Amino acid sequence: MLPEALELVIVTPTRQLVRTRTREVTLPGANGYLGVLPGHAPLMTELGVGELTFQAAQAERLSLIRGFAEVLPDRVTVLAETAELAAEIDLERAEAAKARAEQRLAEKDPNIDWDRVSVALQRALIRIQVARKHRGVPVNAH
Amino acid sequence: MPTLLDFRRRIRSVKNTQQITRAMKFVAAARLRRAQEAALAARPYAKELMRVLHSTISRISEPRHPLLARRPEERVLALVLSGERGLAGAFNTNILRKAHEFFRANKERNLSVIPVGKKGRDALRKAGFHLLAEYINVLARVEFGMVREISNVVTDLYAKRQVDSVYIIFSEFKTVMSANLTVEKLLPVDPEQVQEGARGSQAGSQVDYIYEQPEEQLLDRLLPRYVESQVQRAMLESSAAEHAARMTAMESATKNAGEVIEALTLHMNKVRQAAITKEIIEIVSGASGTA
Repeated sequence: MLPEALELVIVTPTRQLVRTRTREVTLPGANGYLGVLPGHAPLMTELGVGELTFQAAQAERLSLIRGFAEVLPDRVTVLAETAELAAEIDLERAEAAKARAEQRLAEKDPNIDWDRVSVALQRALIRIQVARKHRGVPVNAH
Repeated sequence: MPTLLDFRRRIRSVKNTQQITRAMKFVAAARLRRAQEAALAARPYAKELMRVLHSTISRISEPRHPLLARRPEERVLALVLSGERGLAGAFNTNILRKAHEFFRANKERNLSVIPVGKKGRDALRKAGFHLLAEYINVLARVEFGMVREISNVVTDLYAKRQVDSVYIIFSEFKTVMSANLTVEKLLPVDPEQVQEGARGSQAGSQVDYIYEQPEEQLLDRLLPRYVESQVQRAMLESSAAEHAARMTAMESATKNAGEVIEALTLHMNKVRQAAITKEIIEIVSGASGTA
C-alpha cells in the first residue's frame, strides 16, 4: 500500500529548517526539477540552485542553493548548503547582491573570478524570484 | 599602619574588579548558551549527512577519492583550536599542552600547524612553528562562512598532496566545569568513522537507490561537506568550552573578590574601632590629668 503523505525534513549546516508532513514536494535537482509524491522510488540526487516548493497546511516556497536530497517512499530528506523560507528572504539584500554581481561582470576585469561572480548572481536571482513570488510581485518587475 | 582612607580605597578598587568579573561571567554565560544552541542546531544536518555519505560509500565497491586516499604520514598538518582571549582559567594552557604533546609524538615527521584562535596563534608563533595559515577572532561566535573557508583550505592542501594527514586538536565541551582535550583525524576521511557516526539513525543504507548522478560524483560533493561538518563541530565545541571555562573562572573570581572585600571591611572596622578607643583613652586620661 502506498503511504498517504511524505515526511519532509530540510536541514542546513546551521539549523533544521522544516520538519513537516506533505503530499507533494518539488525539488530543484541538479539535472532539472523533480516532483515527488508519496510512494516514490528510493532516489538520491544532487540539488542545484532553485526553488523548492511543498504543499503542507498551505503552499510553501523556499530558495535553495545546492545540496543533496534523499527520497524514500514515505520520507524526503533535503541537505541544503543554504536554504531560506520565502518569508525570511531579505529582498533588498538580494537586489543589492544582484546589482553588485552585475556590476562586477560589466567591469570586464580580466582577473575576475567568473565562478564566484556567476554563483553570486545565480543565488541573488533565485532569492529575488522566490521572495517576489511569495509577495505576489511579478517576477520580472524591475 | 594603613589608615582608614587606604582601606576605603582598596575596598572600592576590589569592588570595581568584582563588577568587571561579574559582568564577564554573564557575558560568557550568554555566549555559552548561544554556542550550545548552535551546536544543537547543527546536529541534524551532520547526522543526515553522515548517513547519506555512509550509504553512498558502501554502494561503491572501491571508493576512490583524493580525500579518502591514505598515504604514509610524512607531512602532518595540525589544526589547533585554542581560545580567542585570556581570563578563561586553564583553558588555553590545557589545549596548548595537548598540542605540544601531539607535536612531541610526531617529532620526526614534517609538522605544520594552522592555529585557530588568537591565544594559540600567539603561543605557537612564539614557539617557532611553521604556520601555514592562521585564523583569529573566529571562535567567539562561529560563523559558517569561516568554517567553510578553513575546511576548504585544509581539504585543498590534502587533495594537492601538500600534506599526508590532517589532525584537529580541540577542547570538546563536556560540562561547564570540564572539557575533553581531543585529537581527531580529519583527513584522510575514515569510512569507519563515518559508519560510526551514521549508526543510530534510521536504517536506509540497505536501500537500493536510483542515483541521478554517478555515485562517484555524489561522493565528490559529499566528502567536502563532511569535512566541513567535522570542522564546524570542533569549532562549536571549542567555542562552547572556552565560554564555559571563562564563566567558571569569572565566577570564582567574583566569589574571591567578595571574600577579599569582607576581610578588608572587617579589618577596616577593627582599625576604626582601635582609633576611636585610642581617642577615648586620650580624652579620659587628659581629663583625669586636669582634674
